[in-house]
Amino acid sequence: MSAAFSPTSVRRLVPASGAHVLPVPRTVEARGTAPDRCRGNRRVLPGFGIGLGCTLLYLGLLVLIPLSAAFIRTAQLTWPAFVDIVTAPRVLASYRLTFGAALAAAAINLAFGLIVAWVLVRYPFPGKRLVDALVDLPFALPTAVAGIALTGLFAPNGWFGAWLAPLGIKVAFTPLGVLVALTFIGLPFVVRTVQPVLEELPRELEEAAATLGASPWQSFRRVVFPILLPALMTGFALAFARAIGEYGSVIFIAGNMPMVSEITPLIIITKLEQYDYTGATAIAVVMLVAAFALLLLINALQAWTRRRQGAFA
Amino acid sequence: MPATPYPRHLSRAAASGEPAFVRLLLVGIALTFLTLFLFTPLAFVFVQALRKGVGVYLAAITEPDAVDAIRLTLLVAAIAVPANLAFGIAAAWTIAKFTFPGKNVLVTLIDLPFSVSPVVSGLIYVLIFGLQGWFGSWLQAHELKVIFAVPGIVLATIFVTFPFVARELIPLMQAQGTEQEEAATVLGAGGWQTFVRVTLPNIKWGLLYGVILCNARAMGEFGAVSVVSGHIRGATNTLPLHVEILYNEYQFAAAFAVASLLALLALLTLALKYAVEQRTRTGFHSRERERQ
Repeated sequence: MSAAFSPTSVRRLVPASGAHVLPVPRTVEARGTAPDRCRGNRRVLPGFGIGLGCTLLYLGLLVLIPLSAAFIRTAQLTWPAFVDIVTAPRVLASYRLTFGAALAAAAINLAFGLIVAWVLVRYPFPGKRLVDALVDLPFALPTAVAGIALTGLFAPNGWFGAWLAPLGIKVAFTPLGVLVALTFIGLPFVVRTVQPVLEELPRELEEAAATLGASPWQSFRRVVFPILLPALMTGFALAFARAIGEYGSVIFIAGNMPMVSEITPLIIITKLEQYDYTGATAIAVVMLVAAFALLLLINALQAWTRRRQGAFA
Repeated sequence: MPATPYPRHLSRAAASGEPAFVRLLLVGIALTFLTLFLFTPLAFVFVQALRKGVGVYLAAITEPDAVDAIRLTLLVAAIAVPANLAFGIAAAWTIAKFTFPGKNVLVTLIDLPFSVSPVVSGLIYVLIFGLQGWFGSWLQAHELKVIFAVPGIVLATIFVTFPFVARELIPLMQAQGTEQEEAATVLGAGGWQTFVRVTLPNIKWGLLYGVILCNARAMGEFGAVSVVSGHIRGATNTLPLHVEILYNEYQFAAAFAVASLLALLALLTLALKYAVEQRTRTGFHSRERERQ
């Protein structure tokens, strides 16, 4: 999830030339500046060998080798045995819940994230800077804390639960609770990917549209929205990717009933507690493959965002 | 950045020209959404923590298990954050200042831990150091413990916080280019001198920013640590795990009291983050003014 824990940061930290083309910090190349000219610098600046060596050693020992352990362990299974484990009915039910709730939460955040970003960039209102700073709360608040707070709020006797109970809506300890938790943890992604693009959007585009007779809605739909689209998709994908792996905030509120409200990461934990390392690892491999596929998709989306934004900035 | 002829907040609203009720409606929707999903849960933590009075609150955060959890959480962060800081600087220096084949792949690999579920992040270390793992029997023969002990918690924490510093520094250092370092080198500065006197002042805010975020996650990580910790009270319980134990024992006031410490940490993190952003923003704008 390239969880882009602070997609805004670069915009704020990178001075001068790079600033307007770097909406998110995963940027690989600052366009057209010094890096183009630094071919051969290897000989001018010191530290290439030791820097690369340390980077690869640290990355290899702490990330790549441990990750490969999951694949090596699973490779010892025969294909039918692997398929049996990862398509058991209880596991399939957990995929449906995990991916379904993550998708729904990302969709909620897509809609509300756009509105929040829009309001934060365009309209003055009291307390705006505080609100802006607090949007990142789900990045900073430990997931366990979010989990118990949301559970307390949405439990039948909680602040929100007590209101919803008479309507027959149960949130805590149902799949709806999973949705609430995933919405919380995914909240900043769309806001923080859309916000910088919206800030850098030349006002003249909308003024031109207005001059040509477009209503505000037309100018949003035909002019602004297409420019925001890549950033929106990126934020959606980041929120989705973060949500499918989420554990801490969900387990408190979900109720964790097999086949109903049990998420995939919890199945991995359950199997580990039963010392079924092979089963746990097989399911972990499925999640890893899904995560890597999403990572590639997000990389592509971010490249698209930069190209689209670069064309207007 | 295009020059803005009149104040930003006015210009934007005027240019987009939505009717007033649309603006009010949108602000209302945004604030309602944020209140429901952000502000209320945050307030709820503190209300619940203090519900049974200050005495219960103080008792909950000063009992021996809680103090041990605080100590362990600080210890883990004190190892994981500097480790990832050193790595982040090395990786950013290599990637931003030099050209080499496979650079983009390296950048993607550094980001990898962010896309891995916390539970899986813990699991992979169990596969290596656990009893059934690659080094399990060797570790047992030498009476060393990694899983269900502090080293495992440190490793899992390093994994989940791995990219924070590097990903802040890489784009920042790339945007700054290499001219200043080259000038220093040509003038006879050594590698370390160049880094400390030239590069470090340029990246200090980005560095601080990365460290703040890295630290917040290191102290708050739950899933990965939960897999490798074994939940041994007083020994391998971090603050988030302690919250879980108290909550599952229906000691709600105590659970929220300990949780409020973590919530305070989150607020402190956001405040520092905001301060750094303001700082770099004003720095940027004053430089722009000087140029004009």
